[in-house]
Amino acid sequence: MTTAPMQRKVLRSNRFADLTRAIFSSVGILPILLAVVILYFASQESRFYGTANLTNVLRQSTYLIIVTLGQALVLISGGFDLSVGAVIAVTSVVSARYMSSHYAANPNSELTSVLVGVGVGLLVGVVFGLVNGIGVARFQVSPFIMTLGMASVGTGFALYYTGGSPVSGMPPLFTREIGTGRWFEIPVPIYAAIAATILVLILVGSTSWGRYLYAIGGNTKAAFLSGIPVGVYTASVYVMCSLLAAMAGLLLTARTSSGEPNLGGQYPLESITAAVIGGISLRGGEGRIMGAVLGALFITILTNGMNLIRMASYFQTIAIGAILILAVIFDRLRDRWRV
Amino acid sequence: MSKRFPGVQALRDIDFNLRSGEVHVLFGENGAGKSTLINIIAGTFPPDEGKMTLRGRPLRLHSPHHARQLGINAVFQEFSLVPTLSVQDNLYLGREHTRAGILDKAAIARGTMETLELLQFHIDPKAQAGSLSRAEQQMVEIAKAIQGKPSILILDEPTASLTENEANHLFALIRRLKEDGLGIIYITHRMQEIRRVADRVTVLRDGQLVATVAASDVTESSLVELMTGHAVDALYPSIAFQPGQVMLQTVGLTLTSGRVQDVSIDVRAGEVVGLAGLIGSGKSEIGRAVFGLESIVRGSVVIGGDVVSHPTPRGMLDRGVVYIPPDRREEGLVAMRPVRENMSLAALGLPVFSRLGFLRRRLEGQTVREIAKRLNLRPLNVEREVAYFSGGNQQKVVLGRGLARDVKVFIFDEPTTGVDVGAKVEIYGFMKELCERGAAILLISSDLPELLHLANRSYVMHRGKVRAELVGPALTEEAVLANFFDLDADAA
Repeated sequence: MTTAPMQRKVLRSNRFADLTRAIFSSVGILPILLAVVILYFASQESRFYGTANLTNVLRQSTYLIIVTLGQALVLISGGFDLSVGAVIAVTSVVSARYMSSHYAANPNSELTSVLVGVGVGLLVGVVFGLVNGIGVARFQVSPFIMTLGMASVGTGFALYYTGGSPVSGMPPLFTREIGTGRWFEIPVPIYAAIAATILVLILVGSTSWGRYLYAIGGNTKAAFLSGIPVGVYTASVYVMCSLLAAMAGLLLTARTSSGEPNLGGQYPLESITAAVIGGISLRGGEGRIMGAVLGALFITILTNGMNLIRMASYFQTIAIGAILILAVIFDRLRDRWRV
Repeated sequence: MSKRFPGVQALRDIDFNLRSGEVHVLFGENGAGKSTLINIIAGTFPPDEGKMTLRGRPLRLHSPHHARQLGINAVFQEFSLVPTLSVQDNLYLGREHTRAGILDKAAIARGTMETLELLQFHIDPKAQAGSLSRAEQQMVEIAKAIQGKPSILILDEPTASLTENEANHLFALIRRLKEDGLGIIYITHRMQEIRRVADRVTVLRDGQLVATVAASDVTESSLVELMTGHAVDALYPSIAFQPGQVMLQTVGLTLTSGRVQDVSIDVRAGEVVGLAGLIGSGKSEIGRAVFGLESIVRGSVVIGGDVVSHPTPRGMLDRGVVYIPPDRREEGLVAMRPVRENMSLAALGLPVFSRLGFLRRRLEGQTVREIAKRLNLRPLNVEREVAYFSGGNQQKVVLGRGLARDVKVFIFDEPTTGVDVGAKVEIYGFMKELCERGAAILLISSDLPELLHLANRSYVMHRGKVRAELVGPALTEEAVLANFFDLDADAA
């Protein structure tokens, strides 16, 4: 007579389903996906697991890892940042312009030129972060609109600033040492990514700044009632995110040996995808930094593998979008299963 | 007409039936399961076990809409009006009169007028629902429920924001509806109303049925005992008050919103001062204003002799004032973070918890564990996420946040909503301890027995102003209630 509710009850207590849920909700879907993707590409293409390719994948992944670190911080605080791509483009062209003109005027002081370029590039990050942060925190513009607007402003500015063509003539020290250089056989950008990861891990795990981010993202009102200056912290996280994006922009500029106004367009989508697939909640307040780093690694391995098996780039774009949506659906499910 | 359902998660083995032509009162503390029960009856969600029958036939509700089609209409405490639509459009939302697919506005206007007339509610049918006062919105909700010609009507504390006069009209209406054969489920906390309208009373406690009794057979104190499971005396501690110097004072406090006007109160060290009043009387806003959550247009807040011109949560915490908000989930807790992080949140800037922005995690863990032990947190696991604790233990986490700092003034805003009896006793004991150690406590509460038993002095708020200050023996239920309502010449 009451068959329907009884059946539901039986289904709920299914051992296997419980176990699957327990695994998914504790470690997330990522380790499983990562294993599947690696095994698949390794079986399809023997070049995939060669040392050369693995080093290559690691170097490729550094840019996305650094951007994703910043994106993860913003997501944890309950916002998101669509302007990371524009920050990369503006950083690239502005730092390249300063570096090359300084180098042209003082060909004997390469190091000074590099430092000037890096300083200017990071300043670009600070400016973007402040504008985003003040817009979101002080004027209560939704993060979506604020950073989408700044993405358009930045992209437009990069094109206007260069007339659409790349900036060249950078000091060899920059392109050689940072772009293609290796220390102990390991490409330099990998050190940068490791340093950035450690920095963010310390910030999040061991400082009150990190603790407040989770509190603000988890419950802004509770954070405010606990005496946390919510606005200041919200603004600071956008600055941090843009700074990390600017750092990625500098590394990419060194890699391509030129200031590229078209650089970075894929990063907003890919960094959000990487963070969410790594277990950072889109609703804020939840997630681990290492998850986001693994997420970025996963996206890069996937792209690399798709290139190796010669999948058309159009399909790759489709795949990234689909993965983002799946990751968000999974994020929702995990939330529901946990209750 | 009967309904039964043994066993729902928030409810265990509840047998409940409603006869036509009766008013059946559901009585119990917050969190006892009353809302769960009426939500099931109104089709908001299905029971996990058990069954319902309507007029002897098995009943399976798919949605609130389905329930309404079967003549089950509910008026919940949270309003379901669309604030941007007019009163009449709200009344007919989802069942508009149409002619060939076009809205028949004349019929809608006529129907609205008739219903409002029947209820003797004086509301402009064309007014925007959002522009109405809380009491008027409550009337529109009731009108909306009556509009559907229901056979079962569920009223969840319908008089909470009505004046006595309006409440009298409602009671008259309830009598008429009863004669027409409606079954009415009525939730209230007020003894007077039970005496006036109830035929039978079902008492719930912690999701379980305690008893169903005929209203004529029970006394007030036996109902309270059934509800709490304790004799009243065992529930409340007796506090040794030793009023000292004034710690918290407001002088002519007036808010920009107008919800508090010219309020002057004071709270001394070593005493519990109550703030009573109906919802919307401004009692909660006073606490919020002191903590910097409302914008003040005139008057001042004085803490320990210092005038604080622009209160902010941070500044108030630094002065040793803490505000415990009424809604834990909304304003108190970061639900997906562990207890440790929640308890230390307001105190992380202190040297005990961090140095130069770097956390001292071992000290943090130790301090929080001590507080959790003192509050008898169950289970005593500070690394567990707050969301997994019961309501009472969640409330202890919010209280614990105040203990992580050196706090001299506690503002409790509805501290025991949705808290089970056991935790309630512990929270009261905790307030006693704080008070006897010399803290100043401002207790804002809609739970009258709580206020009467804990406070040694109480202000009664009415429409944004202090209506009365009752001290010691003068602090009685009658005296407080007399100041709750508008004085109506034609009160029955």
